Amino acid sequence: MPAALALGDDALVLSHRLGEWAGNAPVLEEEVALANIALDLLGQARALLSLAGDEDELAFLREERAFRNVQLVEQPNGDFAHTIARQLYFSAYQQLLYGQLASGEGPFAPLAAKAVKEVAYHLDHAEHWTLRLGDGTPESHARMQRALDALWRYTGELFEPVEGVSADWPALQDGWSAYVTDVLRRAGLTLPEGPREGAWTAGAGRQGIHTEPFGRMLAEMQHLHRSHPGASW
Amino acid sequence: MTTTVPDAQAPEAVFDAALAADERIEPRDWMPDAYRATLVRQIAQHAHSEIIGMQPEANWITRAPSLRRKAILMAKVQDEAGHGLYLYSAAETLGTGREELLDKLHSGRQRYSSIFNYPTLTWADVGAIGWLVDGAAITNQVPLCRCSYGPYARAMIRICKEESFHQRQGYELLLALSRGTEAQHAMAQDAVNRWWWPSLMMFGPPDDASAHSAQSMAWKIKRHSNDELRQRFVDICVPQAESLGLTLPDPDLRWNEQRGHHDFGAIDWDEFHEVLRGNGPCNEQRIERRRRAHEEGAWVREAAAAYAAKHDGHHGTHDKHAEHTEHDNHGKPEEAAA
Repeated sequence: MPAALALGDDALVLSHRLGEWAGNAPVLEEEVALANIALDLLGQARALLSLAGDEDELAFLREERAFRNVQLVEQPNGDFAHTIARQLYFSAYQQLLYGQLASGEGPFAPLAAKAVKEVAYHLDHAEHWTLRLGDGTPESHARMQRALDALWRYTGELFEPVEGVSADWPALQDGWSAYVTDVLRRAGLTLPEGPREGAWTAGAGRQGIHTEPFGRMLAEMQHLHRSHPGASW
Repeated sequence: MTTTVPDAQAPEAVFDAALAADERIEPRDWMPDAYRATLVRQIAQHAHSEIIGMQPEANWITRAPSLRRKAILMAKVQDEAGHGLYLYSAAETLGTGREELLDKLHSGRQRYSSIFNYPTLTWADVGAIGWLVDGAAITNQVPLCRCSYGPYARAMIRICKEESFHQRQGYELLLALSRGTEAQHAMAQDAVNRWWWPSLMMFGPPDDASAHSAQSMAWKIKRHSNDELRQRFVDICVPQAESLGLTLPDPDLRWNEQRGHHDFGAIDWDEFHEVLRGNGPCNEQRIERRRRAHEEGAWVREAAAAYAAKHDGHHGTHDKHAEHTEHDNHGKPEEAAA
């Protein structure tokens, strides 16, 4: 079930990235918040991957070229602004997509109905940090702008239709643009310019073409599981 | 000043009577300076332990071998951050601040539990920490639910519930390994071998060498001596190790019919003191990582403060907030998409 893999891999990979923050967050409340979001996403990933097969086989025994997540979610955490920018872009996408799926009748409707509540919280968190960083100090403003600019090129891929996901993709893209534009305006930030589409971005992750940091991430994630073939944990 | 208060109502007498009646001391009650200082020290150390204690386990989040185990471990590390927050709040009721306490942790003026200076070398260490380290913590902390200082006692009630859950999960993790492949069983045994003695050290120095014990017991902060709690822990662990199919690394460990307790071997107190002095395997790395997270996060905290000052700190009549509430209702993606 390629659609479940695509959506499941998005959640799995972003959850992993957020898990890397544990013990490193700028303030204790963010240790709780980032772990909380990571856990929600991991829960979504497990449900979605289970639709496609065995969750652990899919997570730990596929190689890089078989992963179907968008490149945005595999981007390294960077500083806190990069993590927030990635989360803002992705949560806005996820909320719109799950909102559509929840109101439809497809195989993802029940899952989306549960997930959309979690994602509303993730988006609220990302939005408020975007406002705080954008409209905080000159340093936080500059960092937030840099992060938004750096990740912009990975956002085009979000709106490449996924086979088996019945969504109104153009409406998704319009809603996403309207939302992001509004948040950035309120934060005093500038909407990034530059390409969001091209051979190496649009649709690439969904086809198993990833960025370099992803392979290293998988090596760490899969190492122990692969070292004990057939073991159960 | 107390000069107008009748003798029977002297604050010392009220305090002593409350302790004698097993009543709780609350933040606004009078308390001896030394009682306050002892509590600040103990609660802060406890809070710091939760925060530093995230590191050895977080070390395995990205390598957890199944998604179920990964979710359990993430939830646990998240709980620990939450416990740290409860405990800093409890400490703040005594007139100190979280920033000040963190500063003392980062500069080495306040301690955290010695156990977190040991490294997590394999996945089984996550289980050993759950079973042994959390088990020892619970043995220590359950009596603290009846501690004389109300905010601390109430924090401990909430924390102990979650800790017991973690402890069972750690035990279950080890059980899965112990019943798994030969390599998994060996991994579990090795972890227990490395964590057993440091866990026994968590109860602190022996009673005849414990500087604060007598006073803490008189104040009903502590309810049992270090050695009493350590013995209780050993007695609990021995049958659990048996049902796990694992051994405890102590040739002198045996049931003593006369005492009705297990005898156990001598603890290496030199090692304990070395770790406390900062010479354990991970002391430097743990503090360094904490300091780095704090320093690298400074700009984020400054941004949040600056934003709050601009948007929430409206002292005049001009209500900026209303303006923003209005903004906040616009541009949510579900509306934008509609």
